[in-house]
Amino acid sequence: MHIRQEDSERHVLSVTVDNEAGILARIAGLVSARGYNIESLTVADVSEDHRVSRITIVTQGPPRVVDQIIAQLERLVPVHQVRDLTDTGPFVERELALIKVAGTGEVRSEALRLAEVFRAKVVDTTLESFVFEITGPTSKIDTFVTLMRELGLVELCRTGVVGMLRGASA
Amino acid sequence: MAERSGADILVQCLVDLGVDTVFGYPGGAVLPIYDTIYEHPTIKHVLVRHEQAAAHAAEGYARSTGKPGVVLVTSGPGATNAITGITDALMDSIPIVVITGQVATHLIGSDAFQEADTVGLTRHCTKHNYLVKDPGDLARVIHEAFYIATAGRPGPVVIDIPKDVQVATAEYERPALNAHPRYQPQVEPDPEAIARAADLIAAAERPIIYSGGGIINSGPEASAALRALAEMTGAPVTSTLMGLGAFPASSPQWLGMLGMHGTYESNWAMNQADLILCLGARFDDRVTGRLDAFAPNSKKIHVDIDRSSINKIIPVDIPIVADSGRAIEALIAALKARGFKKPDLRDWWHRIEEWRARKSLDYIEMGKEIMPQRAIAALYEATRGRQTIITTEVGQHQMWAAQHFHFDAPNKWLTSGGLGTMGYGFPAAIGAQLGNPDALVIDIAGDASIQMNIQELGTVIQYGLPVKIFILNNEYMGMVRQWQELTYESRYSHSYSDSLPNFVKLAEAYGARGIRIETRDQLEAGIAEMIAHPGPVVVDCHVVKLSNCFPMIPSGAAHTDMLLDPSQVSGIMDDEAKALV
Repeated sequence: MHIRQEDSERHVLSVTVDNEAGILARIAGLVSARGYNIESLTVADVSEDHRVSRITIVTQGPPRVVDQIIAQLERLVPVHQVRDLTDTGPFVERELALIKVAGTGEVRSEALRLAEVFRAKVVDTTLESFVFEITGPTSKIDTFVTLMRELGLVELCRTGVVGMLRGASA
Repeated sequence: MAERSGADILVQCLVDLGVDTVFGYPGGAVLPIYDTIYEHPTIKHVLVRHEQAAAHAAEGYARSTGKPGVVLVTSGPGATNAITGITDALMDSIPIVVITGQVATHLIGSDAFQEADTVGLTRHCTKHNYLVKDPGDLARVIHEAFYIATAGRPGPVVIDIPKDVQVATAEYERPALNAHPRYQPQVEPDPEAIARAADLIAAAERPIIYSGGGIINSGPEASAALRALAEMTGAPVTSTLMGLGAFPASSPQWLGMLGMHGTYESNWAMNQADLILCLGARFDDRVTGRLDAFAPNSKKIHVDIDRSSINKIIPVDIPIVADSGRAIEALIAALKARGFKKPDLRDWWHRIEEWRARKSLDYIEMGKEIMPQRAIAALYEATRGRQTIITTEVGQHQMWAAQHFHFDAPNKWLTSGGLGTMGYGFPAAIGAQLGNPDALVIDIAGDASIQMNIQELGTVIQYGLPVKIFILNNEYMGMVRQWQELTYESRYSHSYSDSLPNFVKLAEAYGARGIRIETRDQLEAGIAEMIAHPGPVVVDCHVVKLSNCFPMIPSGAAHTDMLLDPSQVSGIMDDEAKALV
């Protein structure tokens, strides 16, 4: 007997919630308890009075499962709204990464050249290292990280995706 | 305004919310609250013998009265013991509010004595939960908790209150009812969806109404509306385990329960229907059987107050997010508005009568011994015409009770459907008896299940509750044994109830009446004696040891693959079926 798998697709969900203790655990726990996948989850307080937080979840699943995730999230009392950016689209998604690359000589200058190509900023430097800051969609960061691994990447830190619909309305 | 202690505010809120009964067990972290309810004039505290029983008793109270049940337990083990009952209430959508004591706020996270992370532990087995760190928040939280427990799809809410918050003071002002600013579940159906549903009903040649616990939760008006809709359409009605009683079993339109241990006619009618009208049920795996063979040629209308229940298991044609009672009333109005006349369903009913003629609930008597089905039927006959509430534990006896005890009214049948909790029935009966002092409350139990909360005999004696426990004693965890026969070539791994107590003497040790019934000729008299006795009774009814619960749709099989009796069992299941629950 084998465990069955279904084809899945990637969705970016934007969730607004009450900014209260335990809300992140509530959301993350729901997702894990029901066996859904999370690629990334970001959260920060976004309202003037600090009462509302916005969470961006990147998830993978068959359409039926993604619909369930949304319905299950909407069931939580502190959840105000769940929006599937992938379905509502078009939307902007961005991620920020800090990447430390160590090396000297040609490798070091190549890293700096590539950083310019990718519009990454140097936010820290020593004679044998750089820390780059790069923002962009996940795919761009993935590509930059792959290149840096060749050139002496020693440490990597990523924020996960934040996303927002394009156009004038909220 | 004078300030009051947190404990005092809590109790005042309970009074303001109309709470008359609290099921609980004291301990260090709730002593301030217990001191406040000491000799309280209106709140009756019922001391259970184990916190799990407090939660089930609150469920029994809620299900039989329609009012939320209330639990009060201490921190740590008090809270963890209650978790099974809390999870049970979540799975069966039962409104209960559980108040747990917690160590003082400055001790939280320090591994203090009797500390447990109650909000963490209950986060996923509650509809919502709170840790209150400021006595000034208590009033709002408690009122909000009762609202959330009962609004929309009901469920359990936990309020964790540190001991220092119970002692500290704050001003108390009674909050407005239904105070939650945002949590407003959709109860009114979308008129356009109702119109499309009415179109389908008007066009159906083989309709069936499949109703569930949502009708019971919606209230007696929903049951009345369901009866009116059935009358209007002439459609057959089946129900889940949770929904029994919403539609009268005495109606000729009643097909009996559907699903794994449902009747032949209800499962075949589901399979062959061209329209399924699902009202407050959730296409549970015990109902659907094999999904790709479930009602293959039908249109489906699904009414549920919880959007996440819709399209979760079975894709439907018309989803209606609404209170089931309101939706039925809207459907009736829509049908009336279009001049709907009861359609001619004679062909459909002719086929149903052929399935019904198989008499799938029939059983063969075994000499002087008592067939378990016979015992349930005798219990039903003896209690007809009385105000009777039946609770059950979990297992074969539960299914036999669902099949052979017939309910004509809602809120009379309390059973653990979703979680399937052994040990549920007896404490639930305690809650039901407290909420319905004049009712005859009977826990139909098995010899194994009853031992999971049998310590509550102390509670019924203390409060003079005339709860009856009717044990179908076959000396087995019968449903486990039945599955071992079907799946594991009758290797009875640990399913024999060895070292059973003498239930009669056990009852007597607590001060209750014990009655033993061993043969068929003792059955009626034994039941009559049980009913006539004014106090609590334990009946140890010995039944045929190896009888199994039929009909049965084996795990992973289709509705049309029902086994009607043991002779149809052949071979053992393959691995795919073994892996299903």
